[in-house]
Amino acid sequence: MSEVVIVDYGAGNTRSVRAALTHLGRESVVTSDPTAIRESTFVILPGVGSARSAMDNLNATGAATALKERFEDEKAMLGICLGLQLAMTTLEEDGGVRGLGLLDGDVVRLHDARVPRLGWSVVEPWGDAFYFAHSYAVLTPDAIAGVDGVTVAARRGSFLGVQFHPEKSGPAGLEFLDQCLSRV
Amino acid sequence: MPLPRLIPCLDVAHGRVVKGVSFVGLRDVGDPVELAQYYSDGGADELVFLDIAATPDDSATMTSVVAQVADVVQIPFTVGGGVRSVDDASRIIESGADRVSLNSAALADPSLITAIATRFGSQAVVVAIDAGDGVVHSHGGRIATTTKTVPWAVEACERGAGEILLTSIKQDGQRTGFDLELTAAVRDAVTIPVIASGGAGSAEHVAAALRVADAALIASIVHENPAGLSGLRQEIEALGIQLRPLKEHHG
Repeated sequence: MSEVVIVDYGAGNTRSVRAALTHLGRESVVTSDPTAIRESTFVILPGVGSARSAMDNLNATGAATALKERFEDEKAMLGICLGLQLAMTTLEEDGGVRGLGLLDGDVVRLHDARVPRLGWSVVEPWGDAFYFAHSYAVLTPDAIAGVDGVTVAARRGSFLGVQFHPEKSGPAGLEFLDQCLSRV
Repeated sequence: MPLPRLIPCLDVAHGRVVKGVSFVGLRDVGDPVELAQYYSDGGADELVFLDIAATPDDSATMTSVVAQVADVVQIPFTVGGGVRSVDDASRIIESGADRVSLNSAALADPSLITAIATRFGSQAVVVAIDAGDGVVHSHGGRIATTTKTVPWAVEACERGAGEILLTSIKQDGQRTGFDLELTAAVRDAVTIPVIASGGAGSAEHVAAALRVADAALIASIVHENPAGLSGLRQEIEALGIQLRPLKEHHG
C-alpha cells in the first residue's frame, strides 16, 4: 500500500491530518511535489489558511497543475475545509481568488447569525457529529450533503470534499477517513 | 447553529497542568498530554491550554506539548498564553493546535488580532477577555486596565477575532455559577461565538451558561474528577441542552 500524500501549501494544519492517518495505520507524506501528487493512490488537500496564499502557493509549486491532472486521471482525492473550497471555480475570500476549478461552484461568505461557524453538527448521511470551523462555504451543483443550509460535502468524479474536519472529529472522523481510504 | 460545546481548560505551567482558583493557589494535577487524551475520550468537545507561566523559556516546552497533544488527540484545541506575535501563532498552529488565544498581547497591540486572522483565518483566533468590575484585566487577571469589557469585545470582533473567551474574574474558581449577565451582554454585542468561563460548579451552572453562550469552559469541576466528564455531559443533557452525540471508539 503506497503512502497517502498530504498536499503542503504552507499554512494547512498538516500535522493533525498526518496524526489521524497514523492512527489508522496509514503511512503519509506531506509534500508539494507535483510528481508525488500525481502518482500517489490517495491525496488529501487539507484546510487551514487563507484562500489567496493557499492558491498562490499551489500555483507556485506546480501542485495546482498536478492536482488538476490527477483529477483528469480520476485518481482519488479528498479536500478538507479550505481544501474543498480550493477545488471550486472562484472564491470570494481575499477580494476574489480563482480556484482549481475541479468542481463548478463558488465559495461565499457565510450569512449565519454568528460567523465563523465553530463547533460540531450532526451530518447526514453519516449520522455522526463532525467538527466545523469556517467563515466561507461552497455553493455547487455537486453538493451531496448539507446542514443548516450550508454545503457540507461535494463530490465530482474522483474528488470528494468535506467542509468539516475529519481529523478533528474524534472516532467519527477517523471512521470517515478510514472509509475514504478503504475505497482505493 | 452548531451544538453547544463543553471545553475543559488545562492551565499549564512549565509543561505541567496546574489548576487555578481565582488565579492564585495553584496545584499540580498532571500531565497535559495524558489529561488531553482522557478528556477527549470522555467527551470533551474541544480543549483549551493556557500557558500561565509563559516565560520565554517555556515557549519551546509549550510547542512540544502542543505537538504531543496533536499526535494523540483528534479533537480541536486552542492554545493561549505567550502568543505575542504572528510567529508565535504560526509555531503553535504548525505544531497542531487549531487556534491561538490572545489576551494581554492583543490589548497591548490590537493589530495582532488582524495579523493572525489574515494569515490563518478568523476561526484560528480567540480573544480571551478577563473581566472584572466592567473592565478588562491584563496579565492573567492581575492588572485592571481602563478598557471597558463590552466595547473591547466588539473591537476584537471587528478586528477579526473568531471567538471571545470571556472569563469573569470574580466567579473564576468559585464554583458558584457563571456570570450570565456579563456573558449575555458580550454575546449580544458581537457577531462571533462566545465561550463562557469562570464559575462552573455543577451541571446546572454549565447548562445555564450554554443557554446564553456558544460554549462553556470548565476546569476544577472536571479536574477534581476527570472520570466524571461523561456523567456531567449526561446531567447537562438531562437539563435540556443537546450536546454532540458521542461515537464509541472501535479498537
